[in-house]
Amino acid sequence: MARAVVTVPAQAKRGEIIEIKTLAAHAMETGFRRTQLGELIPRDIIRRFTCTYNGVEVYRVDLHPAVAANPLIAFTTTATETGTLSFQWVGDNGYSVTEIAAIRVE
Amino acid sequence: MTARAARLFLALSAARLFVEPAAAGEVPLSERRSGYEFMSRETRAMQDDDTGNPGTLWVLDGEALWKRKAGASDRACSDCHGDARESMKAVAARYPAFDPALRRPVNLEQRINACRVGRQKAPALAYESRDLLALTAYVTRQSRGLPINITIDARTRPFLEAGREAFFRRQGQLNLACAQCHDDHWSGKLAGSPITQAHPTGYPLYRLEWQGLGSLERRLRGCLTGLRAESYPYGAPELVDLELYLMWRANGMRMETPAVRP
Ligand code: HEC
Ligand code: HEC
Repeated sequence: MARAVVTVPAQAKRGEIIEIKTLAAHAMETGFRRTQLGELIPRDIIRRFTCTYNGVEVYRVDLHPAVAANPLIAFTTTATETGTLSFQWVGDNGYSVTEIAAIRVE
Repeated sequence: MTARAARLFLALSAARLFVEPAAAGEVPLSERRSGYEFMSRETRAMQDDDTGNPGTLWVLDGEALWKRKAGASDRACSDCHGDARESMKAVAARYPAFDPALRRPVNLEQRINACRVGRQKAPALAYESRDLLALTAYVTRQSRGLPINITIDARTRPFLEAGREAFFRRQGQLNLACAQCHDDHWSGKLAGSPITQAHPTGYPLYRLEWQGLGSLERRLRGCLTGLRAESYPYGAPELVDLELYLMWRANGMRMETPAVRP
């Protein structure tokens, strides 16, 4: 199951710095490991994570093979207006997950 | 168990650190400590915060599976058991429990599979498969914060005694007993890792070394391999007896599932 969880405050004051936490279920297979028979296990990782806030990109990360499985990505942004935060993870083998969260700003 | 830890097991026994007999007895109630208490501040924080605890991913998968129809019966767990927060509350805290049909204790994974096969008419889920771990984590999550509550009666006593006997028996090429580490040297360290008292309060749990969720049996197989003993297959009666003994030994301690361990 390609599951991801995001935690965003439901409401905030305008100009407030809010913390956002995201967790994605992913093996993050490095591509450097081998099976007991010596065969290389192909790389299978999340390559990029982006967060947009009412359509504007506010946060982006490129991920590489040294990142642990099930990556937790936590960051902050400024609450500017009521609307939607959209989160996207994309990676090898067609992996793509999108989550959205609403925020009310007053 | 890492290669480094395995080498240290060997070095320790070679150094004859464990020459005294393994009979010092169980850890008294007042001194019982969960593995949680031996962890770093960072690892504790990871367990404490559901939004950062990777075990949450399995609990949520388990919740989805609980409501999904499966098998020839076309029924979901929730069709018979309703809301797990009510029906499964404190259930995991009393497993392994006696199964009258098998006339022996079964662990929670086996109990869930009994419903998969017998009630849903679906194929059993494989041990350590994502789905079985997810369902087990979700059911056990409903016992979080509640005390472990194993009651022993005439039917289960022989299995408890078998588990206890295994815990105190020296085994493997290293010729060590579980009790020598977990009763007698729990405050010590092995390859830099705290040995701990081996209380099964948090299973299934997220182990950083595994980079995933795993069952108590997976952990036990790890310690057995560390002793260079031949391990038992998943679901083997020997492992379930050990689980029963460990849960009974931790009676009264609070469940932490999904816990995090290094
Ligand atoms: C058709 C109805 C039905 C379905 C579907 C079903 N169960 Fe059950 N389950 C029962 C009944 C009846 C019992 C108790 C009687 C028994 O021992 O079989 C039970 C017992 C249990 C127990 C033991 C409870 C205790 O108090 O010890 C657990 C755990 C459990 N079920 C989990 C599940 C899970 C998880 C699923 C879905 C994968 C599931 N069940 C699906 C009918 C069902
Ligand atoms: C040589 C010492 C040693 C022996 C003997 C040993 N273990 Fe362990 N055990 C450890 C260490 C060290 C850990 C801590 C985890 C780690 O490997 O980092 C551990 C962890 C555990 C845990 C996990 C506790 C938690 O907080 O989740 C359990 C359960 C356990 N052992 C059971 C057993 C059983 C049962 C046996 C006997 C078959 C056994 N151990 C034998 C050293 C030992």
